[in-house]
Amino acid sequence: MARSNKPIVWALFAAGGTFTAFVTPVMIVVTGLAVAFGLLPAEALAFERVLAVVQNPVGKGFVYLAVVLPAWHAAHRLRITAHDFGIRADTAVMAVCYGLAALATLITFFALLRF
Amino acid sequence: MSRRPYRRPVSAFSWWLAQPRYVRYMARETSSVFIGAYTGVLVVGLVRLSQGAEAWNSFVAALQTPASVAFHLLALAFALYHTTTWFNVTPKAMPMQIGETRLPGNVIIGAHYAGWAVVSALILFLAGG
Repeated sequence: MARSNKPIVWALFAAGGTFTAFVTPVMIVVTGLAVAFGLLPAEALAFERVLAVVQNPVGKGFVYLAVVLPAWHAAHRLRITAHDFGIRADTAVMAVCYGLAALATLITFFALLRF
Repeated sequence: MSRRPYRRPVSAFSWWLAQPRYVRYMARETSSVFIGAYTGVLVVGLVRLSQGAEAWNSFVAALQTPASVAFHLLALAFALYHTTTWFNVTPKAMPMQIGETRLPGNVIIGAHYAGWAVVSALILFLAGG
């Protein structure tokens, strides 16, 4: 039987889509909107506080998932969406999409390791 | 088969404008652009955090600019659209069966929304606490 990378890509897409559905909206609110709209005090994003989150093992794991899963989910969906917008160079699109997701995964992994 | 079958001209780029259903599909798929971009913002934030307090503070200051707020509002709209479309197909994606009876779709969807509310409230509480 021909081997295919589909199961791996699909597992990441499904897990990523589910995690993104549950967590990403509130993450966007917390990091991008809450302070600007006065929903949270400015100290919510204070250096020491955020540092404490990424130094905590549970916080580290959460941040890793919150970056990596949506990244792979978006990469896979973006690849398919490029096709829907009439871009037929799938190999190049695949390289860019999965390449960016892999880059995000690596940077996040090593950044979190250093905290 | 005729030698030259008729092919209705369809634009590879704008075919989805033909029907509202296709537009909703493309809106759902386009959420990936914003989810991906937001992931990029998080990665930049992590790098800035690793560079120390000064770098982090300038990152947070950049998050408060109108352009950043506008991007995050747009990203939130697409993320919410992703969430609702994702949850609404869960009965099809993972049907649940208990013994002989199938769990009704509304129960599966409702459980996802309830879980989502709990997760969101918890994260918001932890972020503010």
